Amino acid sequence: MSANLVSVSYIGAIIFFILSLGGLSSPESSRRGNYYGMIGMTIAVLATVFGPRVTSEGLSWIVVAMVVGGSVGLYAARKVQMTQMPELVALMHSLVGLAACLIGFANYIDPMAALHLSSAEAAIHKIETYLGILIGAVTFSGSLIAFGKLSGKIGGKPLLLPGRHFLNLAGLLIVIAFGWQFLHAGSTSAGMLGLTVMTVIALLFGIHMVMAIGGADMPVVISMLNSYSGWAAAATGFMLSNDLLIVTGALVGSSGAILSYIMCRAMNRNFFSVIAGGFGSGGKSAKSGGAAQPAGEVVSINAAEAAELLREAQSVIIVPGYGMAVAQAQHAVSEIAALLRERGVNVRFAIHPVAGRMPGHMNVLLAEARVPYDIVMEMDEINEDFANTDVAIVIGANDIVNPAAQEEPGSPIAGMPVLKVWEARTSIMMKRSMAAGYAGVDNPLFYKENNRMLFGDARKTLEEVLAALRT
Amino acid sequence: MRIGIPAETLAGEKRVATTPEIVEKLIKLGFQVAVESGAGDAANFSDEVYRAAGAEIIEGAPQLWAASDIVFKVAVPTSDEVGLMREGGALIGFVWPAQNPELMDQLAAKKATVLAMDCLPRQLSRAQKMDALTSQAGVAGYRAVIEAANAFGRFFNGQITAAGKVPPAKVFIAGAGVAGLAAIGAAAGLGAIVRANDTRAEVADQVKSLGGEFVKVDYEEEGSGGGGYAKVMSEGFQQAQREMYAQQAKDVDIIITTALIPGKPAPRLITAEMVQSMRPGSVIVDMAAERGGNCELSEAGKVVVKHGVTIVGYTDLNSRMAKQSSTLYASNVFRLVEELCKTRDGVIDVNMEDDAIRGLTVIKDGEVTWPAPPLKMPAAKPPAAKPVATPAAQGHGPGAPLSGGKVAAIFGVAALLFLLIGAYAPAAFMEHFTVFVLACFVGYMVIWNVTPALHTPLMSVTNAISSIIAIGALVQIAPPHFFGFSFDRPDGWIRGLAVVAIALTAINMIGGFAVTKRMLSMFRK
Repeated sequence: MSANLVSVSYIGAIIFFILSLGGLSSPESSRRGNYYGMIGMTIAVLATVFGPRVTSEGLSWIVVAMVVGGSVGLYAARKVQMTQMPELVALMHSLVGLAACLIGFANYIDPMAALHLSSAEAAIHKIETYLGILIGAVTFSGSLIAFGKLSGKIGGKPLLLPGRHFLNLAGLLIVIAFGWQFLHAGSTSAGMLGLTVMTVIALLFGIHMVMAIGGADMPVVISMLNSYSGWAAAATGFMLSNDLLIVTGALVGSSGAILSYIMCRAMNRNFFSVIAGGFGSGGKSAKSGGAAQPAGEVVSINAAEAAELLREAQSVIIVPGYGMAVAQAQHAVSEIAALLRERGVNVRFAIHPVAGRMPGHMNVLLAEARVPYDIVMEMDEINEDFANTDVAIVIGANDIVNPAAQEEPGSPIAGMPVLKVWEARTSIMMKRSMAAGYAGVDNPLFYKENNRMLFGDARKTLEEVLAALRT
Repeated sequence: MRIGIPAETLAGEKRVATTPEIVEKLIKLGFQVAVESGAGDAANFSDEVYRAAGAEIIEGAPQLWAASDIVFKVAVPTSDEVGLMREGGALIGFVWPAQNPELMDQLAAKKATVLAMDCLPRQLSRAQKMDALTSQAGVAGYRAVIEAANAFGRFFNGQITAAGKVPPAKVFIAGAGVAGLAAIGAAAGLGAIVRANDTRAEVADQVKSLGGEFVKVDYEEEGSGGGGYAKVMSEGFQQAQREMYAQQAKDVDIIITTALIPGKPAPRLITAEMVQSMRPGSVIVDMAAERGGNCELSEAGKVVVKHGVTIVGYTDLNSRMAKQSSTLYASNVFRLVEELCKTRDGVIDVNMEDDAIRGLTVIKDGEVTWPAPPLKMPAAKPPAAKPVATPAAQGHGPGAPLSGGKVAAIFGVAALLFLLIGAYAPAAFMEHFTVFVLACFVGYMVIWNVTPALHTPLMSVTNAISSIIAIGALVQIAPPHFFGFSFDRPDGWIRGLAVVAIALTAINMIGGFAVTKRMLSMFRK
């Protein structure tokens, strides 16, 4: 295959990738979008393998590596539970980051890579290599920590080192200093020191950054790491002068960046304050001064009474949160929804953008439980309808339905858009306890007159409700 | 301002325009209320009750009209009544401007402001609370069933008694508008088997929800004429409809007809032959008798027996339930007054910008403003309530512009950055940079269109796509040798790193696409 043929194949692959992302604009077209992505990837890989830059002696290596990696990937994709999607995605990000590092190092020690470059070009090439490895390393370690936090192997609480901003700043200065040294290093081995030190610092920075971020901010972190993995690919593309990598990396990078922006907006938080970390601390005094302690009585009910409320309702809105994912309660929820719909009740689901641990997490869980997606609504679509709703059920969510965000300007989550469940005639809040959510803010909803608390494990309780509804 | 409630003067009209309960509420809105002595007697509201609610009782219509700034009426005012009206006063009630042009002239000459309850733009869902036509039709539909039961010699519900089995009555209701639906509910509530038909196919669900059975006409044509009314149908449809009615007439015990078309005589649905084909003792209640009748043999205002079938043609079904009708009407009018007096200071403000009020107002300060310009809006869709959420809640998506200053700042920074790069970077880099920037923009445009429900699949698919980085490793594994150069290329090292990198990205590549496929296959309608 000639170089030109490879180039046109790359263009074809790029078009397929763009179509693939475009296909995700609706569930109907999304399946085809995924196939476009597969086709694009196949074209790109085949064109490269059979192109002029890979000789036949590498073929066996490639096949072995692909088969081994591919089977691991396929196995993971088959086995993973939908509630574990955030972990899987985080883990996969780390792989891209690690690969970017490895390719960067390999490229650096390859004397052929910078063979016919002018001195200015060589300098740019070095900077590209340096940056590529830097981004790759941050992505790798950051994603690993995110994976640990999401899978519960590392505690969700943010780790706040004293003077952490200074630590980061010092790290940045060292990285720049060694970058200078690296740029002016005479030989490959002389530059290796700077590169290695930078990589270690970048790894530490990635760890530190994600450790400082609380569990509730995970959707932002995941999409940010998604973005980083794209930028790592783009930087690698610059390093290798490969437009396919640059375009694809840029697509992925901007996708992740937009997702992070959407998530931040959904929490009414500045991107930098999320990254600076420390928000999801349960450690901060939950009731700052106790002045805003909500007054009123908490009315708790049991599953049978909840079923009674549902039986009498004409319209129901279900608000799922991370608690539903933890308890694996999506199937029970789906059955209740199906049963109520059979009886002519207007059942809908309201999804807050940051519900769960990654963007769109709840939608995937509900889809898994066979909830039809046309009754699953976004916040903006449904928020005005709560006022005309008989019963709103909140399952394992807290901050995203906290009226304090709108009613108390002094609240830490003030201004965050929330689902207005309290406007429904009755709201049922399913929770394990009265504990505050990740934001550590007390929830005045518990004390509202039209709110009922249904304590217990979400799945167990919902199954009881279901049984009571069936009788 | 003072609101006056005169006694209705039309013969047989028993309703009254307000009730003691509403009087209290009006006073809370800052109005004074005067009621003509005896106005509520026919609807079982005595003067004492009105007085207890805070109203002033005035003897005699001339005194009352003279003392009132605003008059609430039910029936269309007579010319005598308009003569009593104060110059520049206001009137709220049924007017039917199309049918009563002289009345309109007379009112205009009085420099009056007139709000016609019958001119409400009913397609506004906000206006439903003021919809007196609906509330009155509901009462009439209910009463029609009661009249039918009264004239019908049997039980409505089926019973199995010691004396034997009683079959349930079969009721057919023509026209499932407000009155028809109320009749369906009432008849089903009494235990009858209820069937209904309407030219508008969309009401089938409403019929079912009230316990009725929707009988289709075997002919395809959509009969919705806007504003919740039906339109005149084609000849072919009417033929099919007649056949269906003829069949129903033979089968059912009771027919209640409610079919009306705005501005036209009532459609003739039940012919003399159909009446003849009914079983003796059957009943027809013709709710359209006043407008010519849906039944050929009905007589307005009377009960007649033809071919052994009792045909009820009462036109005063509402007055036969005066208390209920008055209560609902009064509360419709009160809702309107609430809209007119948002300041709650006892002064009405006829805000012609408000679609509902604009439609109702047929004369403003002596100037005829009827008919109102048509509302162009999809039926049954409420006017989008203005979101009260904070600005942060309103996403600026791809299209929503940022503030001018922000845009300028972003462009400024970008220009500076581009200038720097352009000044120092080598040409080869520029090509890649161009591609990079354009790709970022393409990504930006494409990603905003992704529906939030698919954000997780988006992440997993971009994750799979970012394994394109494998290309970087592929080209390192065994590059072609350049002749004439000799390197000490650490092949082993490079190959090792590249193989690991390929294996890692292959996990992503295959796993990412596979898990996305799995997820997407779960999304179903």
